[in-house]
Amino acid sequence: MVALIGENGAGKSTLMKILGGLVIPDVGEVLMEGQAVQLGSVNDAISLGIGLIHQELNTLDNIDVAGNVFLGREPRKFGLLDRATMRRDAETLLARLGLPISVDTPLDRLSLAQKQMVEIAKALSLNAKVLIMDEPTSSLTLTETEQLLKIVEDLRTQGVGIVYISHRLSEVIQIADRVVAMRDGQNAGNLAKQEITHDAMVRLMVGRDLERTSRAPSNVTAKECLQVRDLRTARYPGKSVTFEARAGEILCLAGLVGAGRSEVVQAIFGTDPALGGTVTLDGEPIPLGNPKKTIDAGVCLVPEDRRHVGLIVEWSVKTNITLPGLEKFAHFGVVRQREELAAASTQSKTLGVKTPTVEGLVANLSGGNQQKVVVGKWMLQNPKVLILDEPTRGVDVGAKAEIYELMRHLANQGVAILMVSSDMEEVLGVSDRVAVMHEGAITGVLNIDQFSEEAIMQLAVGKVAA
Amino acid sequence: MRKETGIFGLLVLMCLVTSLKSPHFLSAENLQNTARLIGLYGIFSIGAGMVIITGGIDLSVGSMFALLGVILAMLLDPKESNWPKFLSFLNGSHFAWPLVILAIIGLGTLLGTFHGYLITRVKLQPFIVTLCGLLFYRGMARFVSDDNTKGFGDAKGFEILQKAATGMVFGVPITFVLLVILSVVMWVVLHRTVYGRHLFAVGRNEEAARYSGINTRRIIASTYILSGFLAGVAGILIAFYTNSISPSSHGNFYELYGIAAAVLGGCSLRGGEGSIVGIVLGTILLQVLQNLVNLLGIPSSLSFAVMGAVILLGVLADQLLTNRAKSARTKTSAA
Repeated sequence: MVALIGENGAGKSTLMKILGGLVIPDVGEVLMEGQAVQLGSVNDAISLGIGLIHQELNTLDNIDVAGNVFLGREPRKFGLLDRATMRRDAETLLARLGLPISVDTPLDRLSLAQKQMVEIAKALSLNAKVLIMDEPTSSLTLTETEQLLKIVEDLRTQGVGIVYISHRLSEVIQIADRVVAMRDGQNAGNLAKQEITHDAMVRLMVGRDLERTSRAPSNVTAKECLQVRDLRTARYPGKSVTFEARAGEILCLAGLVGAGRSEVVQAIFGTDPALGGTVTLDGEPIPLGNPKKTIDAGVCLVPEDRRHVGLIVEWSVKTNITLPGLEKFAHFGVVRQREELAAASTQSKTLGVKTPTVEGLVANLSGGNQQKVVVGKWMLQNPKVLILDEPTRGVDVGAKAEIYELMRHLANQGVAILMVSSDMEEVLGVSDRVAVMHEGAITGVLNIDQFSEEAIMQLAVGKVAA
Repeated sequence: MRKETGIFGLLVLMCLVTSLKSPHFLSAENLQNTARLIGLYGIFSIGAGMVIITGGIDLSVGSMFALLGVILAMLLDPKESNWPKFLSFLNGSHFAWPLVILAIIGLGTLLGTFHGYLITRVKLQPFIVTLCGLLFYRGMARFVSDDNTKGFGDAKGFEILQKAATGMVFGVPITFVLLVILSVVMWVVLHRTVYGRHLFAVGRNEEAARYSGINTRRIIASTYILSGFLAGVAGILIAFYTNSISPSSHGNFYELYGIAAAVLGGCSLRGGEGSIVGIVLGTILLQVLQNLVNLLGIPSSLSFAVMGAVILLGVLADQLLTNRAKSARTKTSAA
């Protein structure tokens, strides 16, 4: 049982994809039982006995357990489905996992953890000798996690090799025989069973302290602008977050993927329902669950999924920029085309969007320029708070710098910037304050003089600040 | 605009062929009749187009015409008003025509509002909701009228309605004039207002529209309400045009003419695409096609087949052109 750990983007998932035959490695080789093997396709991996359990489940909710286990290679008899064989084999597998459910249960009646075990059964039915699990517990409850860990332990005693990728260090301590840490796509060190401790793992994952880019002191005011109180989201209904963002500062919500950061900002913006809590802007409460009113109040969101929800990529730069605030250019509902064009052109030029004309399609722009268009559409709304969810994902280095500059420029004008970021360099280099989340709760807030990669990492894996 | 140009070309071609083969095509009488039908069909096709632009569909209008038609006749003409038991208090009574018109248009709008409610609040699929409407309203039309064909007799007291459906001003059928006015208004609404832009945004990418602060549910519901309203208006005109409403066949397939006109005119069933000019051209094309079948002596039993084939060819040609344009674009960007 090997645990694979590392920060967001350290290369864990890529490595797993290589082993699963989904990605072809550029160089290097994979040894299986001492033999170098070729992993050119998913089928290669399966026939070698490598089983992959993805973070996102690949089960079909409308089919029963037996059908899911044998999906795509159902036993046949006279060209018809051989249900008897399929059921018997599935029952054997479930018994091996100690799973007390009927093979006839449709998957939509199972819990997430049970579905995950069905996936494991599927991998075992392919005679997997090595199981690779990518954050299998990230969406499980505590009891479900324990169930799963128990099964994993059983499998290990049955002689199945397990590679366990996880952000949850306490689980790793509990079950791993060995830890391999990754950093920037490389091996960052190994830990033997007796060396596995929380601190040792964090040290390996972080490795170096990032070079701090010097920057002009920001004029953060003491004025609280956005106040979030006891906000609860559907992802972590039992946890709530409370924090405030001040005018003129860049506040970063840091944490590992799946910590519930996007859910929090979506709930603030109103595109996701909030289960409870209040959000106030300059003392005025903002109605939750209504993006229009939130925007009118002055809170805007640059969403994580730029291409699908941030923009209408089949539309021009102009129409995207003016979409939320089109009323501004309208007289009795009729848009004044010249004013619209002028405003969009000015905005596009100010932001330096590289497009031949503002009538050019957004789909033809690079990621960085697309992101500038999203920011541009909100700048026309004169926001008091601008929330950016992973603002530089898929953006090249040059455009990244421009986006940071833009954020700083807005902050200097008194806008409160709330950024969700998983990029450690960005977190440390851009923010004035960092609030770190772990499994739906804020575990600590760091001021600029307390910034270090290690401090953030400790909080991100759940160590509560003293 | 390219799509509209294409269909316009096809239209011109068809008119040319027909007029060469049959000189009667260009006679004043034939043109007036065709224009009248274009007016009748165009009004509800615009409603169908609005719904399609948001990515939905409205299958209910044909049956709505039957239901609204029989109610219209029964409210206007006391001789026709033998209502079923639960409405028997209406027996023998008749009402002033402006009141009846308001009631019928109001009922159409109400049914559209109900569709919009089920689709946006209860989150049922538009196809299912309006398919149920198609079946239900047809059944209600037959039940309310006891399956008897209804008419308007000599239209005493409401001649003006009959005139609206069959009359002319300066030689132009009134229904066509109505369509022209409606098209101009709807062109401004769809292509020049904030609301119109929001319609396209919702149809193209509902999530992105929602993230831009657009009340997507309200926008979607509004198109079904509009479609119901226009079905009310068109329903009255069609009833007076045919002057006899057979509850089991009146308005059959009309919802499909509306959808066909919108699709021929460049509306994508995936939403987010379409134009008023296109929808109107699509309507004209369908009517000219029908006229062509009649004039060229093609057996009328084939008229559906001809229509189906022409629509298929039109959409096919458009798809081929789109694909070619796309591959040309990738080639230039690769070079």
